[in-house]
Amino acid sequence: MTTPQTTFDGRAWSPCLACLAGALGLLAVVVASFVYLSVSWGDLVSMESMRLMGRFIAEFFPPDLSASFLARTAEASLQTLAVSSIGTLLAALVAMPLALPASGRFGRLSRAASRLLLNVLRSVPELVWATLMVLAAGLGPMAGTLALAVHTAGVLGRLFGETLENLPPTAERALREAGAGPVAAFGYANLPLAAPQWLGYALYRWEMNIRMAAVLGFVGAGGLGQMLYFHLSLFQQAQAMTVLLAMFVLVVGVDAASGWLRQRLTPARG
Amino acid sequence: MAFALAGCGLVHANGHRALEQVSLAAAQGERLAVIGASGAGKTTLLRVLGASLRPGEGEVELLASAPWRLAPAPLKRLRARIGTIHQQPPIPPRLRVVTAVLAGRLGRWPPWRALASLVYPADMAGAHAALAQLGLGDRLFDRCDRLSGGQLQRVGIARVLYQQPALMLADEPVSSLDPTLADQTLAALVAASERDGATLVASLHAVDLALKWFPRIVGMRSGRVVFDLPAGSVTPEMLSALYTSEGGVPPVHGIALHADDAPVASATLQAARL
Amino acid sequence: MTQATASAAALARDPAWHGRIGGFIAFLVVLWPLLAWSEFRPWLLFDSQGLAAMRGFLAGFLPPSTAPDFLALLARSTLETLAMATAGMALAFVLAAPLAFVATRALSISRIGPGPGVWRAAIVRQSSRFVLMVLRAVPEVVWALVLVRALGLGPGAGVLALGIAYGGLLGKVYSEILESTDTQPARALLEAGSGRLAALLYGLVPGAAQELASYTVYRWECAVRASVVMGFVGAGGLGQLMDQSMKMLNGGEASAILLTFLVLVLLADGISAALRKALA
Repeated sequence: MTTPQTTFDGRAWSPCLACLAGALGLLAVVVASFVYLSVSWGDLVSMESMRLMGRFIAEFFPPDLSASFLARTAEASLQTLAVSSIGTLLAALVAMPLALPASGRFGRLSRAASRLLLNVLRSVPELVWATLMVLAAGLGPMAGTLALAVHTAGVLGRLFGETLENLPPTAERALREAGAGPVAAFGYANLPLAAPQWLGYALYRWEMNIRMAAVLGFVGAGGLGQMLYFHLSLFQQAQAMTVLLAMFVLVVGVDAASGWLRQRLTPARG
Repeated sequence: MAFALAGCGLVHANGHRALEQVSLAAAQGERLAVIGASGAGKTTLLRVLGASLRPGEGEVELLASAPWRLAPAPLKRLRARIGTIHQQPPIPPRLRVVTAVLAGRLGRWPPWRALASLVYPADMAGAHAALAQLGLGDRLFDRCDRLSGGQLQRVGIARVLYQQPALMLADEPVSSLDPTLADQTLAALVAASERDGATLVASLHAVDLALKWFPRIVGMRSGRVVFDLPAGSVTPEMLSALYTSEGGVPPVHGIALHADDAPVASATLQAARL
Repeated sequence: MTQATASAAALARDPAWHGRIGGFIAFLVVLWPLLAWSEFRPWLLFDSQGLAAMRGFLAGFLPPSTAPDFLALLARSTLETLAMATAGMALAFVLAAPLAFVATRALSISRIGPGPGVWRAAIVRQSSRFVLMVLRAVPEVVWALVLVRALGLGPGAGVLALGIAYGGLLGKVYSEILESTDTQPARALLEAGSGRLAALLYGLVPGAAQELASYTVYRWECAVRASVVMGFVGAGGLGQLMDQSMKMLNGGEASAILLTFLVLVLLADGISAALRKALA
C-alpha cells in the first residue's frame, strides 16, 4: 500500500530520510564514476575539440549515394536482415524444448541445469559469441547468425520457461485427469495459452537482433557492420554515413514489420 | 457396479474436512443428483469419483477397478472412461470450439493424432454432433473467448459428450444457464447418458431441476451423506435441513417446466414438486 | 432444442485451413532467400579446419591466467567498465528527461479543449519523439565506433555513446510509463492552470516513480554489459582488454576476463534486483 504523496491540507510531501540518503549516495557514485574515468572532460568540451568534432561530423555529409555503392549497401542490408531473422528463428526453435525443463516440468534438477545453461548462453554478449563463432565457422554472416542464435536462445529460453511456469495449471490438470497423456495435455492446454506470449517475445527479440546483427559485422560477421567498420577504418566518412542511414532504415522497417505481425498473429482478446 | 465408495473421508491440506464417512454405490446406467448447500462437499465427492482426489480414509472402486492401486497406464485408461463436466470449463480462451470439444477423446488418441488434430481437426462431424445436442452446432469454428459464459459451459459439456464415457460426472453443469436453457441442457445430458448406457452423477444447486430429472437424490451436508433416496421420497423437511446454512430455503432455478403441468410461479419447494 | 442446419459441405473442411496453409507457404517463400543471403551452411561447422581452430583455442582457455600484473589490470578494467556504465547512464538521464518531458502527451496543455496551439504543440511533441527514435535506432556500439574515431581510444567515447543511445531509449520508455499511469492527477493540475513541470512533478511522477526508477536500474544493468561490448571497438574497460587478448589468441587471459565478466554481470543483476525490490 503506497502512502499518499500529498497530505490533504496541501502540505507538500516531506521526503523520507532514507530516500534523501539514497539520492545523495547515487549522486556521489555518479560523480566518482566521472572522476575515475579521468577523461579530461574539460578538454573534451574545449573550443578546439568542439571545432574538431564539428569538422569530423561535417565529413559525414553528404553521404555517398552513388548507384554502385547503394547497390552494395542494399546487398549488405539484406544480409544483415537475413542474419537477424534466421538467428532469431533458430533461437526460438532451440528455446522451446529448453523451456520445458526450465519451467520445472521434469523436476528440480533439470530445472536448475537448464536454467544454468540458459544463463550462460545469455550472459555472454553476442559480440563475444560472434568472435568465437568466427573462429569456428570462419568470417562471414553465418558466424553472426550462430552467435545471435546462441545468445537469443538463452534469452528466449528463459522467457519461454517463465511463461510456462506462470500458466494456470487448471486446464492441463483437467485434461490429465480425463486420461490424456502428457504430450496431448501440453498441446491442448499449455501450448494455446503460451503461444501468443511466446510469439510476442520472439518478435520483440527480432527487433533487438536487427540492431545486434548490424553490429556483429564489426568482428567479421558480414553485413552492414562489416561495411561500416571497413569504411570508418579508412576514414571514409561519406560511405560510412550511407551505411548508417541504411542501418536506420532497416531498424525502422523491422520495428514496423514486427509490430504488424504481432498485431495480426496475437490479436487482443475481446 | 459403476462405482462403490465405502467409508470415504478426506481432509484437505489446509485442515478442512471435506468428506466424512461417505458410502455410496451405483449400478451401471443409474442417474443420481447430489444436492446440498455450498461447501457441503459435492465437488469433492465428484472429484473422488473421478479419480482426481484420493480419499485419506475408506475404499474407492470405480468401474470395477480400485483406481489408487493401479499402475499409471491402467489408471490413465480408467480416467479416459470417466468424464467430468467442470463448473468453470478449463478451456484455454484462444482455443477454437472444435478443438476444445475434440479434446474429449485425448485419452484414447495416440500423441501423434492429438497433435495432428491441432493443425487440422480430426473429427469435425463428431464434434458437430456433440455440439448440436446442446444447440451450439453453428459455433463449431468460433474461438472460445468469443462465447458467453453459458455457451462456454455448454462447450465443456459437449466435450464430455464427445468423450462418451462410461461414467459421467457433472459439477453444477447448468449454473450459468437461464432456466429454460438449463432444463433443455439437462434433458440433453440425460438423453445422452441413456443412449450410451452411462452412469450420470450430477451435483446441482437447484433442487427443482434435481427432482425433475433424477430418479435418485443424494443429500449432503458438511461432508456427510444425509440421505440417499428416490426422488419421490424426499420431503420438504429433509431439504430444509440440508440448507440450514442458507436460511432453510432450498434454492430453485426458477420456473420448472414440465410437459404435464402448468408453469409454476411459486419459488417454494411444494410448488416445484408438482 | 434448435438444431443449426450446418450443411454437410461446410463440415467437410476447416475454414481456418486455407489461412494456415497460406501463411505457412508464405513463411517458406520468405525463408528461402533469407537462408541464401545469410550464407547459412551449418555443415561447414564440422569441417576439419574450423574444428581444429576451435579445439586449439578452447584448449588454451584453461587454466585461466592468474599473473599478478594481469590481475591488477583486470581489476582496473572492471572498475573502468563500471564507471563507464554509471557515467553513461547519468548522461543518458540528463538527455532523456527533458525529451521525455516534451514528448509526453499527458502533459500537453493545448490538448485540453483542444485549446490554442494544438498543432504547434503536436509538431513539437512529434519532433522530440523523432529525435528520441533517431537516438535509439543506432545501437550504442555503432555510436561507440564512430566516437572512437573522433575522440580516440578510451572510455570517453563509450560514455558518450551510452549517453546518446540510452538517452533515446530511456526517453521513449519514460514517456511511455508516464502516459500509461493514471494521468488524471496531472490533467487536473493542468486544467487548474499549473505549469507543465509542476504537473509532471506533482501529478505524474508520484504514481510512476517506482516504475521509472525500476526501469532505470534495469537499464543500468544492461549498460554494464553494453560497456563491455563497446570495449571491443576501443572504448576501454573489460571489452578492450578481452579484444586484445583474443587477438593475441591468449586463451588463458580471455577465459579469466570472461569469468570476471560473468561474475560482474551476476553482481550487477543482483544489485539491480535488490534495488528494484527495495523500490517496490
